[in-house]
Amino acid sequence: MSFLASVGRGSIERAEYIGGLTIQFYRGVAAAWRVNPVRGNRQRWRSTLKHMAIVGVDALPVVCLIAACTGLIMALQGGAELRRFGAMQFVINLVAVSMTRELGPLITAIVVVGRSGSAFSAEIGTMVVTEEVDALRSMALDPIEFLLAPKFIAMMVMLPCLTIAANAAGILAGGIFIYFSLDMGLQLYLRAAMDALVLRDVISGLIKSIAFGTIIVHVGCYEGFHVAGGPEGVGRSTTAAVVKSIFLVVLADLLFTGFFYFFWP
Amino acid sequence: MSDAQPIKAANGARDDAIISVQDVVVRYGDKTILDGVNLDVRPGETMVIMGASGSGKSTLLRRIMGLEKPTSGHIFVKGVDITTASEKELNDIRRIMGISFQSAALFNSMTLGDNVALPLREHTNLAESTIKLMTRMKLGQVGLAEAENLLPSQLSGGMRKRASVARAIAMDPEILLFDEPSAGLDPIIAAEIDGLILQLKSAFKMTIVVVTHELASAFLIADRMCMLRFGKMLAVGTKDEIRNSEHPRIRQFLDRIPDKISGGQDEYLQSLTKL
Repeated sequence: MSFLASVGRGSIERAEYIGGLTIQFYRGVAAAWRVNPVRGNRQRWRSTLKHMAIVGVDALPVVCLIAACTGLIMALQGGAELRRFGAMQFVINLVAVSMTRELGPLITAIVVVGRSGSAFSAEIGTMVVTEEVDALRSMALDPIEFLLAPKFIAMMVMLPCLTIAANAAGILAGGIFIYFSLDMGLQLYLRAAMDALVLRDVISGLIKSIAFGTIIVHVGCYEGFHVAGGPEGVGRSTTAAVVKSIFLVVLADLLFTGFFYFFWP
Repeated sequence: MSDAQPIKAANGARDDAIISVQDVVVRYGDKTILDGVNLDVRPGETMVIMGASGSGKSTLLRRIMGLEKPTSGHIFVKGVDITTASEKELNDIRRIMGISFQSAALFNSMTLGDNVALPLREHTNLAESTIKLMTRMKLGQVGLAEAENLLPSQLSGGMRKRASVARAIAMDPEILLFDEPSAGLDPIIAAEIDGLILQLKSAFKMTIVVVTHELASAFLIADRMCMLRFGKMLAVGTKDEIRNSEHPRIRQFLDRIPDKISGGQDEYLQSLTKL
């Protein structure tokens, strides 16, 4: 009976979490619309630009470095296997396709979860603990509009940009391996890589990155808004934000990949 | 909503009350925080809500601000039932209310000036120069005119508290709420805050609700006061009525008598050996 009870309680908690996230998502989209540049509020735009710099520009070096390492690893691992068949030139296709479709968006999202998702959760969580969120509401300001919307817009713009940069870094790093193993020049390598790609590969990766960005912002902020139990609650919710974001990002990746496999081959 | 008329229905706001709390119950799970609380605050008076820690004072104040809804019961502010109001109606009511939180709750990423200017920038179309002027005026009222460009982290606890008052009065509210205004402050600064509350009351005729357990401060600033204990309202009355009350729990609070008179040293040492 206690097993059944715990399963039931767990299910209800998950359903509640998803429900809460969904409500927050709708309110976030409405708020993002309210602060859009045409009719938007000057204050919010300053905050949005600040978040764009933090989420996007500041993350660029580490995202590129990690993507480059991943591209090189892909080339090495692929090369080790393909060498036996004398099919080394397919390493180019392997790196180009897997970076743009899969690894570029995923690696970028995971780095951004660690950098920004945790920061969102900690920032908002601290504001909840110090009653700053209550202060906002007492001033008739919507915390979703004030805190979440700028982050949401910044993430929607910057995560696809970072993903493109990661794709480029990964493919270029693959070129280093090709240069040394096949003695193929960079120009030739890039042309081969471009030939291996179709627009669909890049677009599907970018669609994924938009979904990942939505997950990162909303899970991070949700965990922040629902901090319980003072300062150590902030630590707990930051951890939870990272773990849940990564899980949901990978899950969304699976769903999107499955969708593209069946409906957009 | 400033022209809202009081509702005179059977369960509506009482005629002369600007804040009317009626049968408010707050429950978390099986824990009852507020148990059928009634309270009327008249326009222009200072009401002090007293009670021990955990008596539900702050919970009541948060309900009056509309930050959370009670489990049951009604709260009318200027005739509007904020327990059933939509978020938009609630925001209209919040614009005529200001609150100073226990932890001051200043935005740590903004300077003091920006903290005070925030509601003005958000809710008015005033020119930036006017907002600057008003911000300086409000900070001047609490004696922080020179601290405009400092961050909250650069201030002492008393200064933060005063700054939070400046932010609360930025929009010239009709109702001002204080959550433990002098908690954690030294007696001199606590007295300064009391003085500030008295000034605001006499200069701007604000209706002020203060939650506190500091007796001296309570009797100094109050017009009327009430006492909460375990979520029940023990008494509401003028200062003198409360001061001369015969109610044992009120006497215990006012005369600072502990719940259990501890025994001698032997009893204390014995209690340590018990597992």
